[in-house]
Amino acid sequence: MNAWHAIRTIAKRELVSYFTSPVAYVFLVIFLLLTGFLTFTAGAFFERGEASLGAFFGWHPWLYLVLVPAVGMRLWAEERRSGTLELLLTMPVTAWQAILGKFLASWAFLAIALALTFPVVVTVNVLGEPDNGMILAGYLGSLFLAGAYLSITCLTSAMTRNQVIAFILSVVACLFLILAGFSPVTDLLVRWASPAFVDTVAAFSVVTHFDGFQKGVIDTRDLFFFLSVIGFSLFATGVVLRNR
Amino acid sequence: MIKIDNLVKAFGAKRAVDGVSFAVERGEVLGFLGPNGAGKSTTMRMITGFIPPTSGKVTVGGHDVAEAPLEAKRLIGYLPEAAPSYPDMTVQGFLSFAAELRGLDGAARQRAVGRAVERCFLASVLHQSIDTLSKGYKHRTCLAQALIHDPDVLILDEPTDGLDPNQKHEVRNLIRELGKSKAVVFSTHILEEVDAACTRAIIIDRGRIVANGTPAELRAMSAYAGAVTVQFQGAASPAMAEKLALLGKVEAVNGALRIYPKDKGAAGDLARAVVELAGREGWRLEALRTEEGQLDEVFRRITLPDTVKR
Repeated sequence: MNAWHAIRTIAKRELVSYFTSPVAYVFLVIFLLLTGFLTFTAGAFFERGEASLGAFFGWHPWLYLVLVPAVGMRLWAEERRSGTLELLLTMPVTAWQAILGKFLASWAFLAIALALTFPVVVTVNVLGEPDNGMILAGYLGSLFLAGAYLSITCLTSAMTRNQVIAFILSVVACLFLILAGFSPVTDLLVRWASPAFVDTVAAFSVVTHFDGFQKGVIDTRDLFFFLSVIGFSLFATGVVLRNR
Repeated sequence: MIKIDNLVKAFGAKRAVDGVSFAVERGEVLGFLGPNGAGKSTTMRMITGFIPPTSGKVTVGGHDVAEAPLEAKRLIGYLPEAAPSYPDMTVQGFLSFAAELRGLDGAARQRAVGRAVERCFLASVLHQSIDTLSKGYKHRTCLAQALIHDPDVLILDEPTDGLDPNQKHEVRNLIRELGKSKAVVFSTHILEEVDAACTRAIIIDRGRIVANGTPAELRAMSAYAGAVTVQFQGAASPAMAEKLALLGKVEAVNGALRIYPKDKGAAGDLARAVVELAGREGWRLEALRTEEGQLDEVFRRITLPDTVKR
């Protein structure tokens, strides 16, 4: 049996399991309500008078901070708690096939949630003439942002059999990745540290790298950043699972 | 099919498995006995590749589990101790997932699921989600998963745990049946299962093998294997005991007398001698039995209960 077959089998089971429990529906409703609220009310979408989705994408690093760990926290913690990890890892699949399968399933679920925000794209197109290329780039960036958070949640989830601990650890880790490039924090850092140091810290931030996508620029360095966060976290997940 | 060589697993300073070696061939059912915490599950987890051994080597069907895990795992069907399964799936969904991971597709998958369902009596709950099932059904669902690809090697960790007596009986029969064509290792702490299903048994205690043999051989290790227990009409008098003492050591057991043979190999002779003596003396025999020895007595003698400080 080839590797792809195993990955697909595991991913399919994982994705279906989201929809056979209420988790998926609760998540989707909350996600869509929050994006709507943040964009139109808190983000002052109409008052801005711009035909762009800046008010929409700007919230994503913060929104995902809570919602992505909620989606990913059970990935491995639940397998460990219920003992199915033993079942899965004694099947003829490698650990990385299982890791990739589960990660891709959750990522696909987040992609579905993101795709369901299409009414904002319709709205902005009805009201004005936005740059749809820029919106597409924003969506791509948002997807990679969610993937980076998710991979970190994968790692924290593999460390424990307790979903709550997995959730909290990943929120803290993702918060760090936001704050490193969040302007109030960088402004504070500038007073004490050299600009080079501040830039180095900010380079680790998802916000810095997400900004480019929001402006409609798909920079290979930004892509590389998100892919390396995902790659590193999934690799670390493998190490954690091997040494459980 | 399974060959284990000097297997060691250390958790910190504690050696959960300490130099275990054995081999199981096709057509054998090996009962793996031992008190709780003796290292049974740990050994099985190392055979199935779930945890790596600290040292030692496991080969399954000629494949080293450490070096060629996928080839080895393909040959194994494994029922973990707690019989885990995905509670949100239906029995059908869970079994087809297992079959798909085993590389079975299309018609072959349907056949495999059908056969496992039939073998484990799951037809009535096929479309129920697993978390609504009783413990016995959950257990058999996980067992069905282990059988789904008709593996050459079966590793079953306490396959009858939590089942009612009827289900226990069915599962034992199933194990015996499967053992004719496969190599089966199953762990248990129910001693009657050894007689019911095993061709061979290993007793493990504190990570070491303390006995290895057929059920009959293990029973023969019992202190009263070969002893003759006689019940006479009326109470046995001290005078009787004195005369019987010429044949071997005598012990009073619940109004009967038990005579231990001087030579363990000549058990049949002892029974005959007792009958002859009774005939000469005019004692009226009510019952006479040659003891086979009891597994639980052997088990208790050679293992320490886990309540004893180690």
